Parts: sequence; structure tokens; C-alpha cells
Amino acid sequence: MKRDAHADVGASVEGDSSHLAEIRRRASLVRRETIRLIESAGSGHYTSVFSAAEILAALYSGVLRLSDDPNWPRRDRLVLSKGHVAVGVYPLLADRGYLAQELLDTYSQLGNPLGDHPDMRYVPGIDFSSGSLGHGLSVGVGMAQAARMRGYDTRVWVLLGDQELNEGQIWEAAQVASHFGLGNLVAIVDRNQMGLDGLTEDVMAVEPINERFEAFGWRVVEVAGHDPAALDETFTAVPPPASAQPTCIVAHTVKGHGVAYMEHSRTWHLGYLAPVDAAATLKELDEDG
Amino acid sequence: MASTHFHAPIPADPASWDMAAYERLAQSAVAGEVLAEMADDDERLVVLTADLKYSNRTADFERRHPDRFFNVGIAEQHMVTMAAGMATFGYIPYVATFASFISLLCAEQLRTDLAYPGLPVRMLAHHAGISLGFYGTSHHATEDLGLLRAMAGMTVICPCDATSTVQALRTTVDYDGPIYFRLGRGREPSVYEGRPERLRIGELAELRAGADLTIVANGIGVAAALKAAERLEREGVGAAVLDAHTVRPFDAEGLCNAAARSGRLLVVEEHNVIGGVASACADALMDGGVDGVRMARLGIPVDEHALIGPPSQLYAHYGLTAEGVCEAARGLLEGRPRAAPAAKRS
Repeated sequence: MKRDAHADVGASVEGDSSHLAEIRRRASLVRRETIRLIESAGSGHYTSVFSAAEILAALYSGVLRLSDDPNWPRRDRLVLSKGHVAVGVYPLLADRGYLAQELLDTYSQLGNPLGDHPDMRYVPGIDFSSGSLGHGLSVGVGMAQAARMRGYDTRVWVLLGDQELNEGQIWEAAQVASHFGLGNLVAIVDRNQMGLDGLTEDVMAVEPINERFEAFGWRVVEVAGHDPAALDETFTAVPPPASAQPTCIVAHTVKGHGVAYMEHSRTWHLGYLAPVDAAATLKELDEDG
Repeated sequence: MASTHFHAPIPADPASWDMAAYERLAQSAVAGEVLAEMADDDERLVVLTADLKYSNRTADFERRHPDRFFNVGIAEQHMVTMAAGMATFGYIPYVATFASFISLLCAEQLRTDLAYPGLPVRMLAHHAGISLGFYGTSHHATEDLGLLRAMAGMTVICPCDATSTVQALRTTVDYDGPIYFRLGRGREPSVYEGRPERLRIGELAELRAGADLTIVANGIGVAAALKAAERLEREGVGAAVLDAHTVRPFDAEGLCNAAARSGRLLVVEEHNVIGGVASACADALMDGGVDGVRMARLGIPVDEHALIGPPSQLYAHYGLTAEGVCEAARGLLEGRPRAAPAAKRS
């Protein structure tokens, strides 16, 4: 159902296969550009972006209700609570036409608006500045409540890291979201199994995620987080914004997905690929299509 | 069937008070009522609190605008960040809780979620300083000005009474970026009622002229300084009194001019002597290149968590009274050592 004629909502596709191909193209764009941009910066969060590549690609392929105007008041909001994923989002914003391609080339350089963590003041399409983990769900609660008061049928999507669920403020926000009945709020947990220091369940357990959110009054669904069709189906099936229960989507992913030597790797959470290795890695991505 | 209402016993002693009586006592805790009036004509105003709506009288707002009032429970950090999210939709949220919690517990939310994106969220940081008396250090806010002054893009306003609180709230609705209103406990003596001065945000307010000494104060220190200036005048000392209601941005030029005129500057503040108004004055003199000003300061000593005690006794102990200000002024004029008093725990 089209929620607003102004928006390019609802996977306007000729067929499912071309739509899914579009998601795959964007996921590949996220990984390839992340390697290129981090190469220019000298360090960055490769694997945290790679686990979320299909999630972001699916969101920006017709799930988020957006328009050509990045400041359109009724647009869906995406809060990057795991702000270190931003380097993978900038290429999608450029892909949408919100950012000039040339700007990407100067990523992280002195005075550039594009940093490791996103700045809403200077980057069109970034709905909130983030970087300190644990804040994003509270931002989403405020946005969702405000959208209701404005009478907008806007949805607010919040991308959370899994280790981030250790932060107490997440649960402050979770209890408020269900208490206020914010069915227009969707949290997506990038369940890539890892924090910076190792496996989430070794560092500080976040399981059982489903039961925790359910106990806080949320509706919880799980999805295979690298499957474009499953993501698209799950995202488009969230209840209407006027509904009274927030949704948590637990996306099962692999940290570093798409690059064999980075998968499940603790050490590649933050790193740098020198040109020779970057070229080899891009080649691997090419071969995988 | 058991009643779900709580029935308090009728107090026999007139000194007894309950929460409703407290609301009547707290003459200066006007923010909730004023915001309710302001919100009649401005649909952007919303109010959030964290299970303190009676203490801060935001219940006055709730009664008039229940759809724009949000009690988030005891979740202060969430409250600040939620307000940030609402502000991105064009709302102007006023978030109210004890100053100690909103400044110290929520310092990162204030910096990263409000000041950094430049969002127009207003903090009603009430019961600031040591006004919660024997509730103790957990409930004292004696470092908040130091924290907030260091945040780029933050405005910090410290009205000294109900009249100036009303003026401050009414004149800043459309200010860019966040504002931290540092408020008392609602029992501050009136200073501005009946006076011709209007609060001009960002400017020191000269409430009294005097050539021998400049006293800079804010909050409860203003009334104490004015009373002290009257006494000093009887002793033949002319003391100017400036209300530093806007701590950030600080009126550096006004301070430098006033300090250069008298050459003696006494700062009175309900805050640790580090980081607050005295520091702002010293910064201004340094940046302004003003030499030869002799300074003294009254406040909570450097290495002290304030003593336990009723507020009035604490104020007397730390010299934040007319007597204390007079004594410090005489010391400054006579060139006595200027160390702030150390704690005496009996």
C-alpha cells in the first residue's frame, strides 16, 4: 500500500528478481565503497559495516519512505545508533543523490562533513548525529512520539548493534516505547555476534534478545540478515505506523560478511587495508558478485 | 474493596507540610505554570519529566496540556535524548529534573545529543547548588556550571528569582540550540519584582552601582550581595552588584569594564569555586587583557563535597549570605588572604 504519493515507497519494481538484484547491487556498493573510503582515511570499521550491508541496502531499496528532498518532513527516519556504520551509509546517500559523489572522495579529511560517525548538521540524509552507543533508541522514541503528534504516518527505524544492547539507556528507551505505544518505531538489531573484544556472549551476554524485548512489551521478529528477499519481506511486513506496539527485528548476520578472512574476526573490527590488500579484497568481492 | 488512594493524616502541627503545601511554599518554582501559559499560544512546546512532576511543578503544565506532557519515569538520560528526537520534528522540549541528575548523570547526552547537533531543548535544572541541603552530595549540583560552560553551543542561564525565571523562559523560546536553566528550589527571595530592569540574556545586569568594589553573583547569591551592599554602604564602601544570570555566553566585555572601574572583584556563587562564575570572570579578564584586578570568590571550596545540613545553615557556612558577602568584601578591601573556607565536620 502506498502511504503517500510524494514518496517513492514500496519497491516499485517490474519483478521481484530485479528488485532483489537492486538490493544486492547496493549491498555490494556498500562493501566496495567502504573499502575505498577507509583506505583514504587510514582506519575504519570494516566488519561492522559488512554485517549490516544487506540491511542497509534493503532499507534504501524502497523500504524507507523517502523523497528527493532529504528534509521532507514526513519521510521515514533512520537513526544509526551504531554510528560507526556511517561509512557504509554515505555511499547509499550518494547513490540516492543526497550527497555529491566527489564529497565521498574526501572522506575524513580536515573539515570534511563525512567522518567515521555521522553528523546530521552537515550530511543530507543523516537524521541524527551518533557515535556514542546506547543513545539511538531514545532518539527514535522521541522522533516516533513527535511524528504521532504531527499526525505523520512516518516510521522511525533504529539500527542497533548487538553488543550495544549492554547499554542501560537502550532499556530505558525500550520501556518508554512500549509504555507510549509507539507502533511507528522499529528497532533493527544487527546480530553479528561480536563486540570489539570478542563474542557478545563472552564479553557480556546480550541473549536472550527476543525474550528481553518481549518482556519490555515489544513485538519481536527474526530474519536472516544477509538474505535480500527475507529482509525485504520482513521490513515491508512491519505493522502500520498507527499500531500500538513497537517492533524489534533481530537480523542474524555475520561480522565481516562478504570477505572470508574478515568473517567472525575480532581483529578486523577496526583496521586498515593497505592498497595491495584492498585490491585483493575488492577482487574477492567481485568474484562473489 | 480497598481504596487505591493514599490518605495522608491531617497534620496537627502547622510546621508540617506535604507535597501540596510544598507547591504553595515554592513561590519561585513557576516554570510549569509559565510554560503552560506559553504553550497556550505555541504548539511547539512540550514538557518532559522523570517522576518529579510535583517537585518541579511541571504538573501545572500537565493539567493544562496533558497531550504535550511526558513522564518518562526515572530515566533521565533517556529523557534528554528523547527530547532531542522530538526537537528534530520542530518541537521545543523542556525537560525537568534535579540539576544534579540532568547535569552530571546526563552530561554526555547534553553534549552529544543536544549541543553537538544544536537542538533547541531546554533543561529545567531545578534544586541546583546545595539547595537540597541534607539530601546530600548525590542531590547537590556544584559542578554543573563547570561542565556546561565547557560545552560548545550550550547556553546557561541562572535566574535568581521567580520574576527573572519568567522573563528568562519567555524571552528564549526561539533561541538556537540548547539552554540549561539553572533554577533553585523555589524559595528564593524576590529580587526583580518591582524593579525596572528586564533580564537581557547574555548581559550582566547591574542591579546596584558602587565605585569601591564589584560583586558578581547569580542565583541565591544575588539577594545576598544586594543586602550586603546596603550594609557596606553604611560602612562607607560603595559596592556594585552585577547579576551574572547568563553564565554562557558570558558577558566578558561587561565584566572587564566593571572590574576595571573598581579594581576589586568579589564573586558569589552556589557552586564549587572551580569552573563556575568566578572562573568565567577570570577567563574574561585574561582574554580581555585586564590587569590589576584583585579578585576573591565565595563558593564551595575546591576539595569539598558540601556538608550535610539545612540549606539556610549551609548557605551561612559557605558565606553565601549577606554576612558572608560582607566579610569577604571587607577581606578583599583590606587585602586579607582570600582562601575559601574549609569544611569543619563535627
